[in-house]
Amino acid sequence: MEGSKSNGYGECDQANLKATELRLGLPGTEEEPPLKVESPSFNSRKRALADDAESVLQDGRKSTSGVPPPSKAPIVGWPPVRSYRKNIYSSPAEVAEGGAGAGYLKVSMDGAPYLRKVDLKTYKSYQELMESLENMFNITIGDCSDKGSDYAPTYEDKDGDWMLVGDVPWNMFTSTCKRLRIMRGGSRS
Amino acid sequence: MNYFPDEVIDHVFDFVTSNRDRNVISLVCKSWYRIERLSRQRVFIGNCYAISPERLIARFPGVRSLTLKGKPHFADFNLVPPDWGGFVYPWIDALARSKVNLEELRLKRMVVTDDGLELISRSFVNFKSLVLVSCEGFTTDGLAAIAANCRFLRELDLQENEVEDHRGQWLNCFPDSCTSLVSLNFACLKGDINLAALERLVARSPYLKSLRLSRAVPLDTLQKILVRAPQLVDLGVGSFVHDPDSETYNKLVTAIEKCKSMRSLSGFLEVSAYCLPAIYPICSGLTSLNLSYAPGIPGSELTKLIRHCRKLQRLWILDCIGDKGLGVVASSCKELQELRVFPSDPYGVGNAAVTEEGLVAISRGCPKLNSLLYFCQQMTNAALKIVAQNCPNFIRFRLCILEPTKPDSSTNQPLDEGFGAIVQSCKGVRRLSLSGLLTDQVFNYIGTFAEQLEMLSIAFAGDNDKGMLYVLNGCKKIRKLEIRDCPFGNIALLTDVGKYETMRSLWMSSCDITLGGCKTLAKKMPRLNVEIINENNEMEDCIDDEQKVERMYLYRTLVGPRKDAPEHVWTL
Repeated sequence: MEGSKSNGYGECDQANLKATELRLGLPGTEEEPPLKVESPSFNSRKRALADDAESVLQDGRKSTSGVPPPSKAPIVGWPPVRSYRKNIYSSPAEVAEGGAGAGYLKVSMDGAPYLRKVDLKTYKSYQELMESLENMFNITIGDCSDKGSDYAPTYEDKDGDWMLVGDVPWNMFTSTCKRLRIMRGGSRS
Repeated sequence: MNYFPDEVIDHVFDFVTSNRDRNVISLVCKSWYRIERLSRQRVFIGNCYAISPERLIARFPGVRSLTLKGKPHFADFNLVPPDWGGFVYPWIDALARSKVNLEELRLKRMVVTDDGLELISRSFVNFKSLVLVSCEGFTTDGLAAIAANCRFLRELDLQENEVEDHRGQWLNCFPDSCTSLVSLNFACLKGDINLAALERLVARSPYLKSLRLSRAVPLDTLQKILVRAPQLVDLGVGSFVHDPDSETYNKLVTAIEKCKSMRSLSGFLEVSAYCLPAIYPICSGLTSLNLSYAPGIPGSELTKLIRHCRKLQRLWILDCIGDKGLGVVASSCKELQELRVFPSDPYGVGNAAVTEEGLVAISRGCPKLNSLLYFCQQMTNAALKIVAQNCPNFIRFRLCILEPTKPDSSTNQPLDEGFGAIVQSCKGVRRLSLSGLLTDQVFNYIGTFAEQLEMLSIAFAGDNDKGMLYVLNGCKKIRKLEIRDCPFGNIALLTDVGKYETMRSLWMSSCDITLGGCKTLAKKMPRLNVEIINENNEMEDCIDDEQKVERMYLYRTLVGPRKDAPEHVWTL
């Protein structure tokens, strides 16, 4: 897809443009300007931009090699947002906003070979969360304070401390929980 | 020529506060020049390399307030290497040695060091105000020196700086005798804060009007602070996360209700939407609301809040408010003058939540709108024409369509006509940023109609040199022109070299200008510094004049090439 060129704005303009054209030479002469200007036509540049986003990133210059379009690679310095702002968006606090609209949290279980992820937004209570974790790891946690269970669900809060799940109101939990860990039997003390 | 004694003229000049007016006054005659320069207290230097501190002091020995700007604007977007320059220490040093009675220092995009801050704190007895915007190079140790030694400090305002946090106790360094604070903004600090010290500081600052907290300040501390300082006019909230059913939260609500003078709210650097209703009681008095640093508030909560803010004049928000949310803004905030909508997902092109619809709704509901920064998914010429018609008062119009060179989303045409309508309708527009698919025609419109234009930012636009020439020839008042990734070459650069002495600066990166063209320009214009900024040894092996220049920054100067440029920055 190429953008339309300025020629689309009327051939009658071409004659006028020539008369008002600004050149380095003296008026009335037709000589070429003393400096050679090496400028590829912008359309190939535009094509290069869309197609060669990656090569722009790599060496900072446009290439017109016509490489087929890759997926959208970030362009240096675009969009024009200060780094200070960009750092805010990727801040870990966003992960803590479980109740307010951020995404998935990691859940680990002692002894399990891999971690899982849950989206706290999808639960309305501790009970729902526990049931889901029980299904995920195929275990029984029961009531959070159940002394009979081998498993203790814990979470890391925004201060970095590991807390037992269930002490604080659900809403507060979702907004301060950064990750979950299901501790087993002997690791509780 | 003078019918009045100097003292009378001096007194008259006191009423002339605008620097531009004072600059004009000083040109009237030698006598007025002399009187003006001796009475000048506030000096603004838009480019720290345009003049030297010695010459500043020689002309304005009575200077009390100095504003300095350093790096070019595009340094904000990582287009300038970090060691390029903009060091403030030589200025502080010169002012100190000349025993200038400096009271206020305002810096933007400069490199500030702890040594410099310490020197300020020890050299200027009456120092009252330090404002640092987008600066770097200092740590909390430097802040500690300011806190400890500036006995009459009124204002410490840190906006979006990169500060190395030494987890020290800089807040503790304000002595008990310091009771003069009017404005304290440390929102950009990342480290822990001594909360008790903060509470004590607020308790002994009866004149405190503006307080902006960092994320490390939790809600319960905020509550205690507000109880001590119900007179606050401007508040930046740090962390706003708590159980809404708790006693602390209820106490907060009570405290906020007593803040009847509150006009400006910002921050919410960490926030739980459930807590937001606590601020509803003061929303009706707010004239300024900045939620652009607050991650994760759903659009629905934002609109609920904004419905209460009927007196809003300035709103900074994230695009997750959505077009519908902007519709709510349009129907609630009839006094709105400035709107900034930032992208919540800068790299997620395609996920941006606002389009031309939101902007059109705003223009219909907010006729007083005069300043806009709008990051959006898409735009149309038709929408821009409607906006131009509804809002003829734009002074600043900055539109950023997240995908470069994106055309009108309904017609696939360039956006020339839309921006053309803006400049034709908004005769007072002073700052313009363009985006989307644009040909030379938009520059023709700008050159023809944007008579008051002072700053223009262009990216991925235009067809050839004509575009840039339209602007240089047409915009008589242009001061700052910044261009990236446009097909403008040596012809555009060299056609009217005298123009650049009427401007503050020109930035061109990833364009078609060559080293030879830049050299020619530098040779013709000795009162310009033409800098070639290389990175990663881009041009090390090459002295070929045909080579295109990746980054060029030129600016007028009275003091010749600077001596503090790093190796890879050449002044031609």
